[in-house]
Amino acid sequence: MHGYALVKHIQQVSNDLLQVEEGSLYPALQRMLKEGLLESEAGISAKGRPTRIYRLTAAGLRHLESEVVSFERMFAGFARVLAAAKAQEA
Amino acid sequence: MSPFSRFFSRNRRYDDLSVSIQEHIDERIDELMEAAMPRDQAERAARREFGNVTLLRERSREVWQWQGLESLRVDLKHIGRRLRRSPGFAITLVLTLAIGIGANTAVFSVLNSVLLRPLPYPEPQQLVSLHLDAPGAPGLAEFRSELRLSASMYFTFATHNRTFQSVGVWGPGTASITGIAQPEQVNTAQISSGVLETLNIPAFTGQWLTAADQDPHAPGRVMLSYGYWQRRFGGDPGVVGRTISVNSQPRVIAGVMPRGFKVVSYDFDLLVPMGLDPVKEQLAGFAYRGIARLEPGVGIPQANADVARLIQVWMDSWTNGPGSDSHWYVRWKITPALLPLKEAVVGSIHTVLWVVMATIGVVMLIACTNVANLLLVRADTRQQELAVRSALGAGRWRIARELLLESLTLGLLGGVVGVGVAGAGLRLLTAVGPGNLPRLSEVSLDGWSVAFTLILSLVSGLLFGAIPVLRYAPSRQRLTLLGAMRTSNVSRERQRGRNLLVVSQVAMALVLLIGAVLMIRTFLAMRNVDPGFSDPSSLQVMRLTISETLVRDPLTTVHMQNNILDKLAAIPGVSSTGFAASVPMSGAEPSWNEILVEGKIEEGDNPPMRLFNYVSPGYFHTAGTKIVAGRDFSWADMYGLRPVGMVSESLARELWGSPQSAIGKHFHEWDSMPWQEVIGVVQDVRENGVDQVSPSTVYWPSMGHDLFGPGVLGAWRSVYFAIRSNRAGTQALINEMQQAVWSVNANLPVADISTMQDIYGESMARTSFTLVMLAIAATMALALGILGIYGVISYAVSQRRREIGIRMALGAKKSELAWMFVRSALMLTGIGMAVGLGAAAMLMRLMRTLLFGISPLDPVTFTAVPVALVAAAALASYLPARRTAAVDPVEALRAE
Repeated sequence: MHGYALVKHIQQVSNDLLQVEEGSLYPALQRMLKEGLLESEAGISAKGRPTRIYRLTAAGLRHLESEVVSFERMFAGFARVLAAAKAQEA
Repeated sequence: MSPFSRFFSRNRRYDDLSVSIQEHIDERIDELMEAAMPRDQAERAARREFGNVTLLRERSREVWQWQGLESLRVDLKHIGRRLRRSPGFAITLVLTLAIGIGANTAVFSVLNSVLLRPLPYPEPQQLVSLHLDAPGAPGLAEFRSELRLSASMYFTFATHNRTFQSVGVWGPGTASITGIAQPEQVNTAQISSGVLETLNIPAFTGQWLTAADQDPHAPGRVMLSYGYWQRRFGGDPGVVGRTISVNSQPRVIAGVMPRGFKVVSYDFDLLVPMGLDPVKEQLAGFAYRGIARLEPGVGIPQANADVARLIQVWMDSWTNGPGSDSHWYVRWKITPALLPLKEAVVGSIHTVLWVVMATIGVVMLIACTNVANLLLVRADTRQQELAVRSALGAGRWRIARELLLESLTLGLLGGVVGVGVAGAGLRLLTAVGPGNLPRLSEVSLDGWSVAFTLILSLVSGLLFGAIPVLRYAPSRQRLTLLGAMRTSNVSRERQRGRNLLVVSQVAMALVLLIGAVLMIRTFLAMRNVDPGFSDPSSLQVMRLTISETLVRDPLTTVHMQNNILDKLAAIPGVSSTGFAASVPMSGAEPSWNEILVEGKIEEGDNPPMRLFNYVSPGYFHTAGTKIVAGRDFSWADMYGLRPVGMVSESLARELWGSPQSAIGKHFHEWDSMPWQEVIGVVQDVRENGVDQVSPSTVYWPSMGHDLFGPGVLGAWRSVYFAIRSNRAGTQALINEMQQAVWSVNANLPVADISTMQDIYGESMARTSFTLVMLAIAATMALALGILGIYGVISYAVSQRRREIGIRMALGAKKSELAWMFVRSALMLTGIGMAVGLGAAAMLMRLMRTLLFGISPLDPVTFTAVPVALVAAAALASYLPARRTAAVDPVEALRAE
């Protein structure tokens, strides 16, 4: 997926709840490239203009999975803490 | 991905990024236009939404960058830009540095090749020169620096030593080669068995000479040097096994030694085995140079002890013939003083090289102070910029780093150009350097030289860079302050750094000038010495050997020599001719011994050693050696074998009180020889160079009854012909000389053709080389020093225009104002000279061995140089100080 498509995609899928700033998108992409989580290749955008397509590598996929797991854990943690707080309030 | 490949794939990443961003914006524009926005509005809106593209790009790029390096690159780019903007300044600095660094690298290369690099033999630290002292042999030190080895010593040392892997003796010689082209005189190294084993360099082709070649009764094989092999045989590999005629004797070629191989430092054409006969050898015959290879782990003191023991063994095992006392030599106190072979090769040249290195180093220091001065002035002009940068948040270290980086860049640029200068300088050095500089052929720019250049560039860069840094990166507040003081007077403090530089420049220049003047005075003192011959430029010299294999009979030999003299005298323009076994300063070593004087009993039975020379009638007249009393030899003396001899003036005075009273007195070499009558006394001759003493010398006719023992006729066969002619040195004369020789015998090669001037110059080479180098260095130092003074005063004048204006407005005279500046320059010069005189007084002692006829604290030099320097400093400061007169008070004050 290329940069602009990525921004759009996240916006649509999250129902406009999540908006990625361009200012943080590109440096982030570069960092991920450097760490080998992404790979880039020359490609054509949906509008037929030359661009670069970013794709997850195997390492990137693994990293994503572990990030998802830790995020879920953290989220579960939040949920429990909030549930406990609610219980006390009640 | 490794940091390196990442570094180099960066540009691709940057492109990717730009393409992505461009596409991003384009898509957004499309989208907005689809929402019915006009194109230009859409473009603006898209860009606004996206934000600062450059910043974003930079942020994204930073991911790939190595921060430190990146800012370094930027700094370097700035420095490059700044230098390009003032090319005159940059070129001046780089050239100053290049000359300084180049000269240093060149001298270092020589020093490194000659003194530091090991000798080109395997395990060179094991090699020693068998140097013997004989403090108990009076007179020997007048003409020899050591006691050479006799053949019997060699046999004893080789058989009975406990500390050497191998021992050998050798000596330089000549041989005539006939039958190839024209008869040719070549340089030979006569070597005993053990020399090749000691040096341990395998033959290039063929094989070494072996013990079998040492047989005294059959001519052994010979070996060629690489150079001679190339020159005469075109590098033909089939030369091994061929026979050549050496001194009219057929000899088989055993092999060729590799390129660059020398016997110690001697560059030979032919290696000839010595063929020593242990049956015939006696104790005496101290003619050979000894070398040895120590057993692993054996040090010089151990080897010295072993040789001391061997000398006893030697006296126990040999004699000087029936009835002689074989322990007679005890009184000579022969003491081993073995030297590492390298020291023997390098000899006394090391003082010269260190002095030259130190001198050039000082010039480099002066050049650095000048560069520092220029950088200071430049940093002054950049004050504003630096203050602004500092105010904008540049750290102290950041500014210091940039200043240092600039000077390091300049240093390195200077170093790069300097390597080129060094290459040229090296060619110059080897050209003006003493021709007898040892290991000259090994001199080259090698890795060490390049490393030296690099270090020198960096150190000098740091050195002259540190001064502006110390001035301009101290603290932020100060910088801002400095920036504010645009037109006020801050000269005093700012001037102090520059004053210090001037003082040190003056001090260093003074030291070099004193050194140079001392060398000039040494040179003049040497020129004033009467060497014992006259007008060397019109004295042509050549060496000619009539070998025993060519002419067996001594009498025929002398007839042939006499014939050649007649033919030479018949050449147009030749006024007189003669020959001698040795001409002064040629390095030929005819012979020496004690003499017994009629009516004198030597105290302690240990008479002093005298140098011998063997001459023809007319030699003294030709050489211009004055006959102080009596008469010259005549041909009647020679052919009549009359018992006559001549002595040097110093010997005559020592033995008989005066030259006149020596005439008619008698002496002989040993008891069985008839008394010889002194028929003439000649002036003293500086045999070993003008800076050496004239040895007491005995002159014999070149043919005599007694040269090789009583009853046997002997003639000196290898002699120098001297020809006095106003055509000396011309090729035409040399050709005619060769024709004259060949008209007597076509198989006679002529060698070592030169004028006495060349030989004389060669003996002064060390002094003139030191003189030239010091003079160049001192001139550079003086020029740089004067420039320094000029620069400081002229800067001070420009900085103090306002003050001058006020003073003038208040009625100061122009001459007084100028004097004010001259006075401050003279103050600096005075302080510098005080420091310099102290340093010179200490340093010149180190040069003592290079001086002749003057003291290292020569009062004339120590007065004249400071006076000259003060005059130069006064002039250098007066010129800019005069500009005060041009200051218009009104204008100077209005500038405020």
